[in-house]
Parts: sequence; structure tokens; C-alpha cells
Amino acid sequence: MGVAVSIQQVTKTFGNLKALDGVCLEIAEGEFFGLLGPNGAGKTTLISCLAGLVRPDTGRLKVMDFDVQGDYREARRLLGIVPQELVFDPFFTVRETLRIQSGYFGIRQNDDWIDEILDNLDLTAKADTNMRRLSGGMKRRVLVAQALVHKPPVIVLDEPTAGVDVELRQGLWQFVRRLNNEGHTVILTTHYLEEAETLCARVAMLKLGCVVALDSTRNLLDRYSGHTLSLRLANGDDLPLSIRQQASLIGGYLNFHLASYDEVEPLLAAVRQSGGVIQDIRMSEADLEDVFIDVMRGRDGARERAGS
Amino acid sequence: MSGFRTLLYKEVLRFWKVSFQTVAAPVLTALLYLLIFAHVLESRVEINGLRYTAFLVPGLVMMSVLQNAFANSSSSLIQAKVTGSIIFVLLPPISYVEFYLAYVVAAVLRGLMVGLGVLVVTGWFASLEFAAPGWIVVFAMIGGGIMGSLGMIAGIWADKFDQLAAFQNFLIMPLTMLSGVFYSIHSLPAFWQDVSHFNPVFYMIDGFRYGFFGVSDVSPVVSLGVTSVSFLVVGLATLALLRKGYKLRY
Repeated sequence: MGVAVSIQQVTKTFGNLKALDGVCLEIAEGEFFGLLGPNGAGKTTLISCLAGLVRPDTGRLKVMDFDVQGDYREARRLLGIVPQELVFDPFFTVRETLRIQSGYFGIRQNDDWIDEILDNLDLTAKADTNMRRLSGGMKRRVLVAQALVHKPPVIVLDEPTAGVDVELRQGLWQFVRRLNNEGHTVILTTHYLEEAETLCARVAMLKLGCVVALDSTRNLLDRYSGHTLSLRLANGDDLPLSIRQQASLIGGYLNFHLASYDEVEPLLAAVRQSGGVIQDIRMSEADLEDVFIDVMRGRDGARERAGS
Repeated sequence: MSGFRTLLYKEVLRFWKVSFQTVAAPVLTALLYLLIFAHVLESRVEINGLRYTAFLVPGLVMMSVLQNAFANSSSSLIQAKVTGSIIFVLLPPISYVEFYLAYVVAAVLRGLMVGLGVLVVTGWFASLEFAAPGWIVVFAMIGGGIMGSLGMIAGIWADKFDQLAAFQNFLIMPLTMLSGVFYSIHSLPAFWQDVSHFNPVFYMIDGFRYGFFGVSDVSPVVSLGVTSVSFLVVGLATLALLRKGYKLRY
């Protein structure tokens, strides 16, 4: 498998704000890759650099070995971008919009593929409706359709499910998964971490313009893994300090991070022995949200950055 | 050049879909100018041996060409920028030269369409000649090209609609209104005659009018020279902005 997207030492400064601070990433062909980070982390700036909308101060970006500045025609032909903002051209119908977008990419007779996209995105009934008359969710679907008119091997979705109802979200993911299975590389930024967890095989986390974590989703989960045992005690304050120090208190629950189930029984025994009266008990697996929170708090961050 | 073709098609379709506003309305405005000025001045004024209405019609036609060419590229760009839909033309593999040509050609087409409309509607009121039709076409195209390019600069520069309106009202309107559309600059005091010679729009109107009557304030060759150089300067400036990605690519 070749490299779909290569990002090398990319920096970008807006005024005093360092939006990207030496980002390096390589995404292989056929990957389903997640780009995560809080607001202002630089996700959209990075994608804009890839799309040629933002010119980096230093560094290089390539799409399937074509430089996004030097070989911009090839690079852009290989890239389909679904922008974050819900933008549309109010003068045209859905079909006109898609035909025009095809023409920009040099494709003149594209109706078969347009029909297929419309069908897959449940837009067929709206094909001849003016963009202005579409609901927000429908406009979002058209944005996805516009990004796909030229069958780009690399598809970038910048928070495509923000403000989208559950049904569309499921439909959209089914479609994107299918495209991924057919060989398209998919890069996704999202705020919904469970989406990234179920969809993305590999994830990069950005913070203040730096990659602070980059690994397969599985490895990230394993690294922060274990389980969380949450206890609510009638008399939590009476526990000896040695036990309380192992836990973090969130919402009235003492949360203990355990490496394995073997640690559960000794811990419960210790709590009982010291007179703790358990009112409620919960076990949970680590999810990407835990990883995200840990990484964003800086734990592990420096090492990842050096290693990325 | 598929990007150019499609972008041109899109730009033409855009104004054509709202042609009541983009073509019919300016034709009506020009007609109103003609009716009012002709009513007041027809029996009192004669310029270069022409009845006032005959003198006025080509000026109104050219003014409409110029103002609408400017309006087309500037409004299209500012709308696309403000709504964000500009990315649809920034993401595809379209070169900045194709981008420029598509917007300018669309602007010229809109200008010519409105100009033709104005000519057809106002021509009834005057006995027009077509002494040198080649000049008419050449000046209309170059003038439209200059204003279409200026419209692109304004649309790219402006971040908000009121900034664009300022550009239009405080630069384009005075330049076109004070260019000799409604009067011959020979009727002006010497000082204002000299000032008028620094207004490139004067040469566009004067050369355009020469095509109708074979009479003009300055030689049409001089006008052609001035307008061609103006087009070159404004066109190259627009291309330079686009190449740099000024306010389009950050």
C-alpha cells in the first residue's frame, strides 16, 4: 500500500497564533484515519493546507505523492473534501450543483455517478430542488455528494456529522464505510469520539497545532486501558487515605483505574475491611474519550510528540 | 480548460437565473435616464451637431455595459465569499488564469447583454447611425473587461457588502457618471476638461460613441490606446492578486 497523504513538518501562523506547529503525519492508502482534537487544535487548518485553501509557512503536503502546491491540479483531483461549514450556492438546484462541480474537475458526462451518489445519500427526491429550500441535514448530504463527484481516492470529512440527526449519521457512515471498503482512503475529523472509535483504525490527536498522539485506535485504547471501577460509598470520607489516594472522585463516585479484573476483588475487600459501605458499583471499559482526556491533559503528550 | 468552461457557464447561469434583476432592471434604469434627460434637454441642446437624445443613447448603453460588468464579477465574488461557497471553486483544479478569464468573460457577457437591451429600448427614441460598428464592439468588450476586472478586485478585497458598496458608489459611479455620458467634455471649463482626460472611462465612452457617429472628443485611436493600456494594467493587477491568493487562500 502506498502513501495516500504525507504531511511533513507543516507550520502555519496566523498573526500571533501558531495554528500548526510542525505537524508530521503519514496516512496509508485505504486507511480510515481519525483526526481528533479540541476546538482550535488545528484540525481544520491542517485539512485546509491539504486542500490548498491555506498555504503553510513551512513544510510540505502531498496527496498520493503529488505536492499540493507544486502539482496542485493532480493533488486536488485526488482529493474530495467535505467542509465543516454548511455552505451552499443558493442559485442552483442539487443536480445543477453536482453537475457544475463535476465540470470543475473536468468531468462532463457524470449523470450516472451523480444518480448513484444521490441514491446513496437519499437525495434522489430532492435532485431538482433549489439548495435554498433544503434542510440543514439535506444540505450536509449535498456537501458530501459534491466532494465525491470526481470519485476521489482520498476523502476528507471535516466534522461531517455536526448537527446531523441520527438516521443521517448512520446512513452516512454506512456509505463512507462502503467507500473505504472499496479502497478509498478516508480521513475524518469529529467531535464524536465514539464515532472515531468505531470507524477509525488509526487516530491522530492534535493539541495546539501539534500531534500529541498517533497510533492505532486499538493500541491507544490498550495503553490507557484497563477498566474503571466506580464506587459510591455511604461513608466514603471514612476510608483510609491509602485507598482514597488511588481514586479520583467524580460526581460522588470514587473511580479506580485497574489494569485487569484480578484487581477488583482485592480492592473491594480492602474497602470492606476498612468499614466502607458500598451503595453502588459500576465497571466500565476505557474508551477513546478517556484516552482523549488523558492525552489532552498532557499525560504522555511529550513522548508522543517526539515520536511522531 | 474544462474548469474555465464550467466556471464561465456557472457564472452566466447565475446572473441569467436572476435576469429580471441583473438585466431587465438596469435596462429600465437607463430608459428612465433617457426619458428624463431627453424631455428636459432635447429641444435645447445639440452636441457635435447631434440631437441630444442621439448623443445620449450610446453613452447610456456604454455606461450600462460598464456598470453591469463591474456589478457581475464583484457581487458574485462577495456573495461567494460571505456565504463561504467560494470554496467550491477553490477546491477543484482550476488555475488562477482560468479563474480570472471565467469571471471576466461572464462580466463582459452580462455587460453586453444589458448594453444590447438598453440599445434596443432607447434606440427607438433617437435616430442612430452605426458609422463604424467595429469600434462599438471593441470598446464595449475592452470596457467590460476593465470593469469586470475591477469588479473582481473589489469583490476579492471587500470583506463585507458595505465595503463593496463603498467601492461602487465612491469610485465606479463617479468615474462613469463624470465620463461624458451626459455631456461633451468640450462644454466643461478648461480645468475640468483636463481632469476628465485622466478618467479612463471618458475614453471608453468617447471611443464607443465614435463607433456610432464617427465623431468624438478625442481620436478613437487615442481612446483605444488608453483603454487597452488600462485593461492591461487592471487585468495584470487582478491576475497578480489571484496568483497570490490574496484574501482567497490564506
